[in-house]
Amino acid sequence: MSFLDFAPAPESTGVLNLRKSYGLFINGEFVDGHGDSITTISPATEKPIAEIAHANSHDVGVAVSAARKAHDTVWSRMSGTDRGKYLFRIARLIQERAREFAVAETLDNGKPIRETRDVDIPLVAAWFFHYAGWADKLEWAGLGPNPRSLGVAGQIIPWNFPLMMLAWKVAPALAAGNTVVLKPAETTPLTALLFAEVCQQAGLPAGVVNIVPGLGEVAGAALVEHPGINKIAFTGSTAVGRHIARSLAGTDVALTLELGGKGANIVFDDAPIDEAIEGIVRGIYFNQGHVCCAGSRLLVQENVHDEVVDKLTRRISTLRMGDPLDKNTDIGAINSREQLDRISALVSQGEAEGGVRWSLDCEIPKAGFWFRPTVFTGVATSNTVAREEIFGPVLSVLTFRTADEAIAKANNTPYGLSAGIWTNTASRMLQVADELRAGVIWANTFNQFDPASPFGGYKESGYGREGGRHGLAAYLTAEGKR
Amino acid sequence: MTHLPIPKTYKLFIGGKFPRSESGRSYSVESPNGEFIAHAAQSSRKDARDAVVAARSAFGSWSRATAYNRGQVLYRIAEMLEGRTDQFVAELVRGGATEKAARTEVVAAIDSLVWHAGWTDKYAQVVGGANPVAGPFFNLTVPEPTGVVVAVADQTASPLLGLVAAVAPAITTGNAVVVIAHEAAPCASMSFAEVIATSDVPGGVVNILTGSPGELLPWLSSHADVNAIDLSGIAGELAVECERSAAETLMRVIRPGRFIAAHTSFDRIGAFVETKTVWHTKSLA
Repeated sequence: MSFLDFAPAPESTGVLNLRKSYGLFINGEFVDGHGDSITTISPATEKPIAEIAHANSHDVGVAVSAARKAHDTVWSRMSGTDRGKYLFRIARLIQERAREFAVAETLDNGKPIRETRDVDIPLVAAWFFHYAGWADKLEWAGLGPNPRSLGVAGQIIPWNFPLMMLAWKVAPALAAGNTVVLKPAETTPLTALLFAEVCQQAGLPAGVVNIVPGLGEVAGAALVEHPGINKIAFTGSTAVGRHIARSLAGTDVALTLELGGKGANIVFDDAPIDEAIEGIVRGIYFNQGHVCCAGSRLLVQENVHDEVVDKLTRRISTLRMGDPLDKNTDIGAINSREQLDRISALVSQGEAEGGVRWSLDCEIPKAGFWFRPTVFTGVATSNTVAREEIFGPVLSVLTFRTADEAIAKANNTPYGLSAGIWTNTASRMLQVADELRAGVIWANTFNQFDPASPFGGYKESGYGREGGRHGLAAYLTAEGKR
Repeated sequence: MTHLPIPKTYKLFIGGKFPRSESGRSYSVESPNGEFIAHAAQSSRKDARDAVVAARSAFGSWSRATAYNRGQVLYRIAEMLEGRTDQFVAELVRGGATEKAARTEVVAAIDSLVWHAGWTDKYAQVVGGANPVAGPFFNLTVPEPTGVVVAVADQTASPLLGLVAAVAPAITTGNAVVVIAHEAAPCASMSFAEVIATSDVPGGVVNILTGSPGELLPWLSSHADVNAIDLSGIAGELAVECERSAAETLMRVIRPGRFIAAHTSFDRIGAFVETKTVWHTKSLA
């Protein structure tokens, strides 16, 4: 055994008490769906986890009606204090069942248990705890003395942070007095359905939260096009975001979009290099790079390029890829075969266009979907791997000489979600942060999230913010206005 | 001594200059009872694109100007307008307004500019701030201007006030604007361009086009270098078409009706800002 070898330390799945099959969650109960049900699998083993009912447009209609009734008769009329108490209950139930949720998420999504246990699930609880406290303080949300809920919110979430994205959407919506119909991603419905159980345990009034797993083009489209919806909140690809914005033209449905990104992570020569290496790794290999705000373009000042790349590849060589349930695993499975194919195709294109590829030399499990952490050097700004969102563990390294050049290169993208700055010069950090056209800037850190901190993009990364007062306001209207 | 009046040639306002339409076209502006008033330039899609280029090149330095400076510039616009009140009243009356309504409109336009001038150095403090995150981080949220904003002045009433109400909220936070004037009553708008031109507003920050919103908006709403479009001033199928084409670039869309009569609207300022959050580690090391 070398110093990097550890005995297996798998987290037990005994904590899970999964059903064989899950229905849709509508009006407080699990019901049959009328779409074609699917079997959700673990991307790390391709083994089945549970049978999941799928909603068709009829089911979505039933869910919207349930949400409407709950909004008009119960939830929007309830005192903010009581709405807040329900949300506090949910936060506590999540904390109590945290280990179970972490294991279920890792099983269904393929991400390491270290991340679900230490990041995803704690943030889910924190999100509900934060917004619980807002429910009786809406008059301080910045919309005047008597803000009101929008009504029924349709929420469509991605597969990269399944329960966390649910929390980002559901918590502020409910605090503001809206009811929701949420469609989880096709490959990761499990924790949303466990969350439905939490709603039951919390005694949440029927119809306040409805969960309709299904296909984007069926259930998702039905939700977007349903005339009874007052708000759509979507997190996912820019292409689908465009489609949704187009479908809602001419309606009075409110819309927030959290879309793709191609975040620049800028390393100046006076950066704390060892910390920057950790931040680069966190920026692109966290969650296998399935992160819309990933720091997927590394911009390094030319005179420290060789040092940074050398230290970076040495650091990546210590990463452990494998069983996501193992507590020592750093890199888990790619979420689906489809995503793996997309990553592979883009990486091949990167090689064909002249990028120099380096990938971690490690064993790949026989079953499941895996992609080795990869670094491209010698990348030109025009290369596909420097322009397109790969949504995988693939970093493109570019260089710059001056701060102006770094800013120009960082902003040279239709996206504008995140960026990183590594420097020990505070004045330079602040000026560069001002110049970057991105919604979230991390300086001497990366991929930090907090319910009190607004998150969202510029340009084609979408519009609207999640988190903090801004995220709450996205579910409110000043009295008499919609 | 008699003086034969010299009628003004109304042109466009792009990049701080007053060009004619590159298309060479004009259209005749008439009073409600059919009396000829003037010719206005009939902007083409090329004029619209030139205006976007001018706005983009002005955006950088205007968005970096201090809030105090932007406030003084906006206040200066109000001063210039105040000094020419009678001229604008006469122009609005010629376009069919009563003397009283015209004066009320000009005063409201001046007051709107003063109101916005005061917001430049307060807006960020009201909507931004420090976020109490659960970790050793400095975490600050600030609003920033969205970029190049396209707006349409109210096409149904108040040609001067409608234009000011469309322009002022966007430039308050540092955006650059391309605005389409009231099509049928563009004279006061183009005279307002003279006010802008003498108010220390950098060239290109405000660009004013006259002509047909129906002809110009399809180009502007699909222009990849436009960041936001305010459709408050129009209605109907044209607005829906614009919103649909705006989805292609995900430019921000302000839907018709939302701010139609709002010339002192806090929310309208907020329609043209992006929210940026900056994290930085804290430590004694």
